[in-house]
Amino acid sequence: MKVIEVHNLTKTFGSFTAVDHVSFEVAEGEIFGFLGANGAGKTTVIRMLCGLLAPTSGKGSVVGYDVSKKAEDVKKNIGYMSQKFSLYEDLSPVENMELFGGIYGMNRKQINKKTEEIIKDLGLTKERRSLVGSLPLGIRQKVAFAVSTFHSPKVVFLDEPTAGVDPMSRRIFWEMIYRASDRGTTFFVTTHYMDEAEYCNRISIMVDGSIKVLDTPERLKNNFGAGTMDEVFQILAGKSKNQVQ
Amino acid sequence: MFHIVRDPLTLTIMIILPILLLLILGFAISTEIRNTPFVVFDQSRSAASSKFIAKMDGNAYFTLVNALSSESDLETAFHRGECKLALILPADFGDNVPYREAVDIQLVVDASDPNEGSTLVSYVQLIAAQYQKELIGRASAPDLIQIETKMLYNPQMKGMYQIVPGMIGLIMMLICAYMTSISIAKEKELGTMEILLVSPLRPALIILAKAVPYLFISLTDVALSLLVAYFILGIPIAGNIALIVLLSLVYTLSALALGLLISTVAETQQEAMVLSGIGLMLPSMLLSNLIFPVESMPIPLQAFSYIVPARWYIDGLRDIMIKGLGFKAIVLDFFILLSMCFLLFFVSIKKFKNRL
Amino acid sequence: MAMWILNDLLNMKSIISIHHVSKSYEGRTPVTALQDISLQINKGELFGLIGPDGAGKTSLFRILTTLLLADLGNASIDGMDVVKDFRKIRMYIGYMPGRFSLYQDLTVEENLKFFADVFNTTIAANYDMISPIYGQLAPFKNRRAGKLSGGMKQKLALCCALIHKPYILFLDEPTTGVDPVSRKEFWQMLRALKEQNITIMVSTPYMDEAALCDRIALIQAGKIMQVDAPAQVIANYPFRLYKAKASNNYRLLETVKEQDNILLSYISGDQVRLVFKENDRRIDFPGIELEEVEPTIEDCFIQLMKNESD
Repeated sequence: MKVIEVHNLTKTFGSFTAVDHVSFEVAEGEIFGFLGANGAGKTTVIRMLCGLLAPTSGKGSVVGYDVSKKAEDVKKNIGYMSQKFSLYEDLSPVENMELFGGIYGMNRKQINKKTEEIIKDLGLTKERRSLVGSLPLGIRQKVAFAVSTFHSPKVVFLDEPTAGVDPMSRRIFWEMIYRASDRGTTFFVTTHYMDEAEYCNRISIMVDGSIKVLDTPERLKNNFGAGTMDEVFQILAGKSKNQVQ
Repeated sequence: MFHIVRDPLTLTIMIILPILLLLILGFAISTEIRNTPFVVFDQSRSAASSKFIAKMDGNAYFTLVNALSSESDLETAFHRGECKLALILPADFGDNVPYREAVDIQLVVDASDPNEGSTLVSYVQLIAAQYQKELIGRASAPDLIQIETKMLYNPQMKGMYQIVPGMIGLIMMLICAYMTSISIAKEKELGTMEILLVSPLRPALIILAKAVPYLFISLTDVALSLLVAYFILGIPIAGNIALIVLLSLVYTLSALALGLLISTVAETQQEAMVLSGIGLMLPSMLLSNLIFPVESMPIPLQAFSYIVPARWYIDGLRDIMIKGLGFKAIVLDFFILLSMCFLLFFVSIKKFKNRL
Repeated sequence: MAMWILNDLLNMKSIISIHHVSKSYEGRTPVTALQDISLQINKGELFGLIGPDGAGKTSLFRILTTLLLADLGNASIDGMDVVKDFRKIRMYIGYMPGRFSLYQDLTVEENLKFFADVFNTTIAANYDMISPIYGQLAPFKNRRAGKLSGGMKQKLALCCALIHKPYILFLDEPTTGVDPVSRKEFWQMLRALKEQNITIMVSTPYMDEAALCDRIALIQAGKIMQVDAPAQVIANYPFRLYKAKASNNYRLLETVKEQDNILLSYISGDQVRLVFKENDRRIDFPGIELEEVEPTIEDCFIQLMKNESD
């Protein structure tokens, strides 16, 4: 089943085309890496897919709902976490989860059950009542992940989720993604860490508003005769008009 | 829902502020006027006139500050800001009143605040009626004491005359203190302050460089406000323009210094906004005689009003603009503002940290 | 006390000396930012401070750039004490803070001119130093700084930090949030600046950038775990490191976590990295490829972190 389907999605701001006829599909349970240089149009695509921004033309659907016509249904079925997505720092992890569970219309019983599940799953027992603001960054990212997946969304958008996090916490974070993906959750991830790109099942690289390549990390490296994803990225993004200007 | 409890500052403001506002406004809005200073020119010097003056002085509303010996002293008394009301008793007061013959007494009232002026007149009428009742045992007879009132400074009793100088004072505070504090807090928030601090620039220089443009803009605003007041609102500018500029300069400087002081404490624009909003704008509005007379507020508030720069500026500006008084009348206002200005600049330069 | 002065005199090539510096912050949740940090940075060196957010990198930079006072210990820049001689230090160093700290509403050129004025110099007087970098920005010199792309902003900030010809440069996370292509360009610029004999201290959370430094310090939770040349840090790795690939790496990881012959296991890209306790390299998972690999700086960092926490 295709969880995300995008066909010729385009967004223009005045005379500037931020996203230019982008098409791709993401399957259920897939970890999809969405890469690109600053200003390549990644954020615009994510905003359209989350129902926050209406496309100029083209079609996009998430979990079967059209992003331009059924934005509210899209929002109910997705999770979103960004580097800047801040938890409420003066609430505890449990209180943050209760708040977001409430926002997504879960009842008391569901919230309590899910909270216990997640706390146990992610090993947050010790920190469950501490204020988020006092927790180390690695733990905060865990909490943010817990909150963004709390309402059991089918698709989770992760916008640079691990920026600045220590290497061990980053790995633990990816383990959480793997575990959830193993259970059928689909992930749509952007990152500036090229080694992280290799964690993904498939990768697309966006340059100047359009998707230049889309394949598994393995095949991309083979096609470009590159040893790492970083080299692939340098070859592609280095040709960008933005970089040359 | 209980989230807000975790932010003590917001909570304190939300709980304390309404109480404070209610108290201040409650006291301030009571239109009752107390202890208004008045002078008297008693031409009759009789037992009857002394008794009338004693009745005025013995009242909570009025306090006798001087007995004049000639009519010409009247003008100086007003010019020095000594009194708000003058009572002129005619020579035949002692001969007529005890024998139930009518007299005309003259009342000169400072009406730069029209509300206050008319309240004062009605108080005097009340006292005269009581006096008549005590003297001859009945009040219903035709009034023996006919009061002739002369409104000083604002013969048409226009409220605008009172409000406009006050508004100028408030606007200057808004532009100088509020804007300056926010502009510095913004640099802290964006991180540009970090680079300036690492540079060899001295803190005093950074502060002055931030303050100077705001000083010029503020003075331009004073000029614009005066032009609008004169040409559009039709308010006469009775006094010396140079004097207005001088007074505005010291006031603007002290407002700037206040803004700088706030910005040394506030780390974010939001903090600066709250601090200058509550710490500066409210007192400038409520405790400056702008709308509510400070004289009738409780003693603690009156005492606090002495450290509000706007109080002195508005007082001085009214003296010059509406009353047309000279430097002598604003000498106190001027020097208080000047010393505030030095003190505040000194403190804010001291407090401005060399490091983060 | 006397010891370190003597040390400095003997070790003439060191230009930044840090001795037992500690710093903590009070507040609702007190934080220990730096614990007993000592470092020597040599003249003309490109020195990297490598560690995640919250490791204490910014605190150390602020102490060295005289913006913050240490609770304990002392530090000097080219013989000038960071507390006593802060005014002198401020004339000679260039600093690029972690946040983008330029005036967003001024144009590229106006920002540069402003910082030239602040340091009492002119763009023309120092143009040779910034020209390779500014050359790339010149076409946009009338654009507002707030409208630049991430990479461009960093280049402009670097120009502004260089405008007074400092001979020591402090760059706090200059490449954070910048895409890989711009990051690579930025590091090329740093190498070029090093050729001009400028000492550069730079911090980064991207471990792959460590290889581009002459020497690095790995910092975590306010402590320095190791200081050495990047190649030496890798050579110091105490174990034999293996990579394993399977059809489902997550399941593989779950399996090896249950095994008691494995000291360290974590996913890394499309593989699982493993350190065995002894020579028993048994893995109870079908169809895996096992191969010994050279550790990366990141593997070293993980091993050191684990060391610290044990």
